[in-house]
Amino acid sequence: MKFKEVNKNVNKVDGLSLATGRAKFVDDVDFKDLLIIKFLKSPIAHGIIRSIDTSKAEKIKGVHLILHHNNCPYISHTTAGQGYPEPSPYDTYMFDKKVRYVGDYVALVAAETADIAEKALKKIKVEYEELPSILDPHYAMKKNAPIIHDERSSTGIYNKKKNIAGHVKVQVGNVERALKDSDVVSEFEVETHYSQHTPIEPHITITYLDEKGRLIIRTSTQVPYHVRRICAHVLDIPEKKIRVIKPRIGGAFGTKQEVYLEYYAGRVTLLTGLPAKIELTREEEFLSRTRHPMIVKIKLGASKKGILNVIDMDVISNTGAYGSHALTVMFNAGSKCLPLYKAENVRFVGTTVYTNLPVAGAYRGYGATQGYAALEQAMDVLAEKLNMDPVKLRLLNHIKKGETSPIFAALGEGKKGVPQYIKSIRLDDIIEWGSKKIQWEKRKPYTKKTGRYRKGKGMGIFMQGSGIPLVDMASASIKINDDGSFNLLVGATDLGTGSDTVLSQIAAEALKTTTDNIVIYSSDTDMTPFDVGAYASSTTYISGGAVKVTGEKVLTQIKKVAAEMLKCDIKDIECENRIAKNKKNNKKKTYGDIAKYGLYEKNQFQIGYIGSHISPVSPPPFMAVFAEIEVDIWTGKIKVLKYVCGVDCGTAIHPKLAEGQVEGAAVNGLSYALTEGYIFDKKGRMLNNNFQDYKIFNIEDIPKLEIKLFPSYEPSGPYGAKSVSEIGINGPVPVLSNALYNAVGVRPTRYPLSSEYVLKLLEEK
Amino acid sequence: MKIDIKLNGQRKSFEVDPSEKVLDFLRRIGLKGVKKGCSTGDCGSCAIILDGKIVNSCMLFVGQIDGHTIETIEGLGTIEEPHPIQKAFVEEGAVQCGFCIPGMILAAKALLDKKPTPSITDIRTALSGNLCRCTGYVKIEKAVLKAAKMMRKK
Ligand code: FES
Ligand code: FES
Repeated sequence: MKFKEVNKNVNKVDGLSLATGRAKFVDDVDFKDLLIIKFLKSPIAHGIIRSIDTSKAEKIKGVHLILHHNNCPYISHTTAGQGYPEPSPYDTYMFDKKVRYVGDYVALVAAETADIAEKALKKIKVEYEELPSILDPHYAMKKNAPIIHDERSSTGIYNKKKNIAGHVKVQVGNVERALKDSDVVSEFEVETHYSQHTPIEPHITITYLDEKGRLIIRTSTQVPYHVRRICAHVLDIPEKKIRVIKPRIGGAFGTKQEVYLEYYAGRVTLLTGLPAKIELTREEEFLSRTRHPMIVKIKLGASKKGILNVIDMDVISNTGAYGSHALTVMFNAGSKCLPLYKAENVRFVGTTVYTNLPVAGAYRGYGATQGYAALEQAMDVLAEKLNMDPVKLRLLNHIKKGETSPIFAALGEGKKGVPQYIKSIRLDDIIEWGSKKIQWEKRKPYTKKTGRYRKGKGMGIFMQGSGIPLVDMASASIKINDDGSFNLLVGATDLGTGSDTVLSQIAAEALKTTTDNIVIYSSDTDMTPFDVGAYASSTTYISGGAVKVTGEKVLTQIKKVAAEMLKCDIKDIECENRIAKNKKNNKKKTYGDIAKYGLYEKNQFQIGYIGSHISPVSPPPFMAVFAEIEVDIWTGKIKVLKYVCGVDCGTAIHPKLAEGQVEGAAVNGLSYALTEGYIFDKKGRMLNNNFQDYKIFNIEDIPKLEIKLFPSYEPSGPYGAKSVSEIGINGPVPVLSNALYNAVGVRPTRYPLSSEYVLKLLEEK
Repeated sequence: MKIDIKLNGQRKSFEVDPSEKVLDFLRRIGLKGVKKGCSTGDCGSCAIILDGKIVNSCMLFVGQIDGHTIETIEGLGTIEEPHPIQKAFVEEGAVQCGFCIPGMILAAKALLDKKPTPSITDIRTALSGNLCRCTGYVKIEKAVLKAAKMMRKK
């Protein structure tokens, strides 16, 4: 395929404005009389608010408003910014008289300065009746466990009495029998850990009234349209009264798919008439949303020859105090992992439980990361039992072009999925390349290793999806300007990923113009057409699809006007590089001529169109990862010597940005595997809520990375594209774990792989 | 109190509360390229160049900068005429969300002003105080190397 504008490294459309510090983030405009909102947070993990006294706080000069459960409507909702109706339970309230984790919001103060607000918070008197709490997901379903959501008004909870937010069980074939019939069976269980997205810009939201009294929400969100809908519901005002604007935002990775700050600020603004701001501190950001920790158990059965016959996966997911994305993240641990391997008998049992711990939510990888932590280690355990090379086992069993998996249809987004066949996959090429890069053939078992520093190699293969099939919808609007340039309006949300650039390239390709002739404006619910937002790896694939169909429609209009001007048949018109020409006589009109004719001269109309797109399938991108590590058996310290990662994302619309997604996700995953993790005390308080004690990788921590894209052509995607942004994070946990086993013969089941933990494993060996 | 500073090449005086954080002060006078990622000196998004050295402005009080020279991202280049480091960052694809980027670019500048031919280790040491969650640092490192080359040619 020959492209002109896509599959090209154009300069990021907002690159220079960001690099010069001119780009405007939420906080980069000034508001007069801005109120600052601060929250009073629960000091206990589980309890009832017996009384709340704000009289002293109210008297402080500069305090404008104090809100809590006694003066706010009690409207159940979910903070999961998903499509409607959301597949997450409605178990959250602006304020409730019950608190369910340390950090739960008890009250807010809106004051003229942050200092005044903080001072007022200290003057609020709250009496709590402490309840027994659940700080361990194993305990949640026990008979004597306290009930976290006993309120009648919450809906969509699978089993309130057992603290089960969501549950699913699907089976194809006969798993029990297949396990008995298999020559070799392996079993493996891991428990993944709490971690946070830590976007460098913490959550921030500013609300104000426009001159017509409408509520404007300027916010760091991935989902402007869901913000509008959820705020309309919680504030009990119609959508028409709300406008949501997403300016530049400083990273998100899923945590800004949560809608849980905007309505507080909105209520303050509606009640006071004043602009209001909520800006989380880094400390608070750690208690915003997290990755669902999971206990994942896998059984695999295979024939002597290594043909996988059965996969049995059991997941217990911990959603914390509220069920945001409770059902769907757990589903994805199955739906994004199980189809990778062909097995005729597959079972997935998933249960999401409530605990009195921080609230989980969407996080890059969305359950697949946790699922692969188990699956890709279980594959290595099986390979060892079979006495087979792990690479060979995967080559034998992974899904191939033209094949399908019954899991695609059985497991979707909190409901049944859709059947689909693999149309693009370069996994074998990636595995071959990666094996060479890491010199896989030289790998020796751990029994052959001696000395203080022991090297080990590990690998794994992965897939993800591209949008949610038949659910995610995106639209785009394109109109022509006098000079033949185009305005492209999209609801799609650029989180820093570069989607404004990628979508501009797709528009330029479809319109036969250049990317610098596309003027993009995105993510403003008054101005741009609907888009579900940036999640589920959907933007390039789904929003890109919308831009492509819209561009093609507009191109047809251009051709029609050109044919009228050139007095020929539309079939004879050909467009290229901003020019329409009659191929019979070579007479030409520029897009500028055509635009002016259409706007001013004859049969005038605005050349333009609003197009929408959904996809019946969600083609997976594929990835293989290889790593070599060195373990210091005296200290337990793991050093990653080399990390090799190849990704098939279809056509990379912007190869550098696509690589950047993989690099960023890989490093995020490495730091998740090696250093990140929440430490709680016995009362459920997080002890390491800052960047000194919660260590994310800096530039000195990154190992030698070799990252490469393996282009394929996905027929259902815009110009052959699939997704790329999430898959990279799935690699590090299982691959480093496999490498650890290969180095020293211990298999980790907890994370992060800290020196202390590795040392403990070595001692227990 | 009144402070006199050299801010982005210009001598300026301000009437200030000396206990205000430099980060808040700079943002208040309109230099919004100085970002706030933590307020505890751990992320580098508020980094500025003070007398040629990279420092986190959230850890400084306005009273401490009287008489000193300060550079922020606004003093480097513009969209029309970017500084070579800014250009290199964009060309290499080192800018994703861009929130960490002003601090990164300033840290790179403080390095390159002193060491026009830095090693990878120099670059890593110089940028180690700046956290980025988007890029994985790979392209940032490349961009600094490229910028160094561009600046040497000038
Ligand atoms: S805001 Fe100053 S170091 Fe993070
Ligand atoms: S580019 Fe987003 S934090 Fe660095």
